[in-house]
Amino acid sequence: MNAPLQLPGTQAVDKPVRRRARIWRIRGELSSRTVVILGAIGLCAPFLAWWLYTALGFADPIFMPGPGAVLERIWHWWNNEGLLDDIGISVYRVMAAFVISAVIALPMGLYMGTYRPVQATLEPLIDFIRYMPAVAFIPLVMLWVGIDESSKILIIFIGTFFQMVLMVTEDVRRVPMAQIEAAQTMGATRGEIIKLVILPSARPALLDTLRITVGWAWTYLVVAELVAANSGLGYAILRAQRYMHTDKIFAGILLIGLIGLLTDQAFRWIGRRAFHWQKR
Amino acid sequence: MDKPCISIRQVGKQFGTRTQTIEALRGVNLEVMPNEFITFVGASGCGKSTLLRILAGLETHTSGDILLRDQPIDGPGVDRAMVFQHYSLYPWLTVMKNIQFSRSLKVTMDSIQTQGDVERASGRADALLNLMGLNAFADAYPNQLSGGMQQRVAIARALMPRPDILLMDEPFGALDAQTREVMHDLIRHVHRLEKTTILFVTHDVEEAIYLGSRIVLMAPRPGRIENIYDVPLPAERNQDMKLEPAFIELKREILSRIRETSGVQTDLDQLSRLTQGADK
Ligand SMILES: Nc1ncnc2c1ncn2[C@@H]1O[C@H](COP(=O)(O)OP(=O)(O)O)[C@@H](O)[C@H]1O
Ligand SMILES: [Mg+2]
Repeated sequence: MNAPLQLPGTQAVDKPVRRRARIWRIRGELSSRTVVILGAIGLCAPFLAWWLYTALGFADPIFMPGPGAVLERIWHWWNNEGLLDDIGISVYRVMAAFVISAVIALPMGLYMGTYRPVQATLEPLIDFIRYMPAVAFIPLVMLWVGIDESSKILIIFIGTFFQMVLMVTEDVRRVPMAQIEAAQTMGATRGEIIKLVILPSARPALLDTLRITVGWAWTYLVVAELVAANSGLGYAILRAQRYMHTDKIFAGILLIGLIGLLTDQAFRWIGRRAFHWQKR
Repeated sequence: MDKPCISIRQVGKQFGTRTQTIEALRGVNLEVMPNEFITFVGASGCGKSTLLRILAGLETHTSGDILLRDQPIDGPGVDRAMVFQHYSLYPWLTVMKNIQFSRSLKVTMDSIQTQGDVERASGRADALLNLMGLNAFADAYPNQLSGGMQQRVAIARALMPRPDILLMDEPFGALDAQTREVMHDLIRHVHRLEKTTILFVTHDVEEAIYLGSRIVLMAPRPGRIENIYDVPLPAERNQDMKLEPAFIELKREILSRIRETSGVQTDLDQLSRLTQGADK
């Protein structure tokens, strides 16, 4: 009897108002369909603007080719200039550097985040190196390692590794103390706590760290391929600059972006599958 | 039966930083008999958590002696289990796997040798699931449960290795009043059934009286035992007892003692002076 009176008319007026308010509420909810649509609009709008700008003849095609010309260039690159090989070698360099970084950074960060003496010893050093620009290491790397594949991988490694260790350390340190102490009161040894509590608890954060750092590895690709390379996406961009092939510069940048986006989505997908127990 | 299972003698604990030392506990004496249910109340900062953590072996005392059945404490042990206020469950494990966590530890595996032991352990996990009313949620993940159910899982997990002593640090502090009442009757049922000794920290005086057979009232600066009360209620409790004169009398007495020792009284005086000033 005390329920508020429901008039059919008031509901119809209420509804759209309430829905708009939900979307724009601070940290409000969004249906997954809306997310996809908005993401697609956000991605397509700049391309549309770019296409309009060039199609209407505002830009000199030598400085800014249209999307059509860039697509044509990609097609040509694929058929006659070995695009697949360039992609392959670049992916290899980025992934090799990334995997080596991860293989060292994960255990190192795990120990830094778990044992304070390890952290106290290594963190200042890593912080120090982290601020040295990776590009500045190129002459040294060329002197010491030479100009073969390993030098390119090393440059990307230098750019990625030190950030990665610090982020892994932070992920490990964020494991709630109550989870660790609960295991201690059940009689777990230090080794058991690392294996059965800290690692599984930090896993989602670690995957996120890997996702972010693989992106950074890609940004160091062009820098690395400055080093006496004769193949790769970054190298292609640098060489296109020399010949004023603006369309190829556009093509190279877009392709790197696309590969990065795909890697990112792959990591997110793995995370959703593997850590379904997480709160969304 | 007459020998205490915990003897705390002149125990002190100082937390030291370079600039100041905090005396979290001073001259604490307490004897706990097997199967007792002792509750600790007192203003915040009076060392309740510190005392419990010392008993759990998570912290060390700086003076005095603590004997557990004539043995000094040497770190955490399977004879003592602890239930934390929150964040102690393992969100990547199902409810059942959380309860069985201690079985994956070496201390427990050493004691499980025959097939019969294995079956007994599985039976115990099922029985605890049943006792906590969690049958339907064995395969759920902690994030899918309400706060009250999460604490039931934490209690079941702590009981799994059959500890002699159960240490609980404000385990229901984050729950709403209704859920808390249900948990009170549940934990008393567990106490009767499992014959464990329970040391229970709370800031809720009513909770302390309803649950405990003895109440230890603590006071801050330095953290110490102010008084110990025998609860004038029969061993079998029900919610109606909260309205009995003896219950209310004890509650009034303890509340006023907490107010005297906590410094809240000066706050109240100040407040009344302020409001009087406003009246004029
Ligand atoms: N790890 C610590 N380092 C320094 N001081 C601490 C630490 N833990 C507790 N204390 C101090 O010891 C006193 C008692 O704390 P605690 O046992 O948590 O009190 P309670 O649980 O009764 O609120 C407080 O003054 C608190 O600030
Ligand atoms: Mg406390």
